[in-house]
Amino acid sequence: MIHIAYKHYEALRAHGEETYPHECCGVLLGKSEADGNHVYEIVRAGNTRTDSAHNRYQIAPIELVKIQRQARGLGYDIVGFYHSHPDHPAMWSKTDFAEAHWMGCSYIITAVEKGASKITNSFLLTGTGEDDKAFQDEGVTIEVMQSAEVEQLQGETA
Amino acid sequence: MKIHIPTPLRAYTEGKETVGVTAENVSGALDALTTEFPALRQHLFTPEGKTRSFVNIYLNDDDVRYLPEKEAAPVVESDELTIIPSIAGGCCLCCL
Repeated sequence: MIHIAYKHYEALRAHGEETYPHECCGVLLGKSEADGNHVYEIVRAGNTRTDSAHNRYQIAPIELVKIQRQARGLGYDIVGFYHSHPDHPAMWSKTDFAEAHWMGCSYIITAVEKGASKITNSFLLTGTGEDDKAFQDEGVTIEVMQSAEVEQLQGETA
Repeated sequence: MKIHIPTPLRAYTEGKETVGVTAENVSGALDALTTEFPALRQHLFTPEGKTRSFVNIYLNDDDVRYLPEKEAAPVVESDELTIIPSIAGGCCLCCL
């Protein structure tokens, strides 16, 4: 199970619409807990696959290094990644699987049809290494702001 | 110097995000790391001892593969090594 705040969930879906017809990609920062990965921040990343951005994505390693540094500064870890599939189902592809190496992390995929985000799914990469890795469907818990937080926010903005 | 471990490999470093080692160069630092945590070796290197293709090793902000001395690049105490597996994919119809 992956837990993500509504604002982050909407932000990653919006990212896929913005980059359509190209794939978007980004990193999920948070903490891995007993009940799954909890996302506390998302970071947009550039897609370096400009040669085939409509059906491939890649995050530059140096960008990942900097994002990992950012996560450390916030007291978070990299707990997953997200990307979009323009005009393609929100299911992992052979390419996604072959290029997945972050065991224990969540891979969120959003199908973007004709520029509009549709289904968003998440897959947990399980296993101990390349020989036994597998993508496992995982539920997505979208956390909405508690009423007390809304009241506080309204008080701050009043 | 510090070596930063990515989330998936912390299972082999007793959960440590950062490991401190003493070494003269990158290769020595990685040797020290995998001597302390032997189970890490197979995830970083092929049986032939080469860095796995999807594993990136950065000395501060520089990819070690592109340094003139590569793994023989000298390091000092204040340097930081970051191990970062690659991330890529896509719906890529050609691969389905």
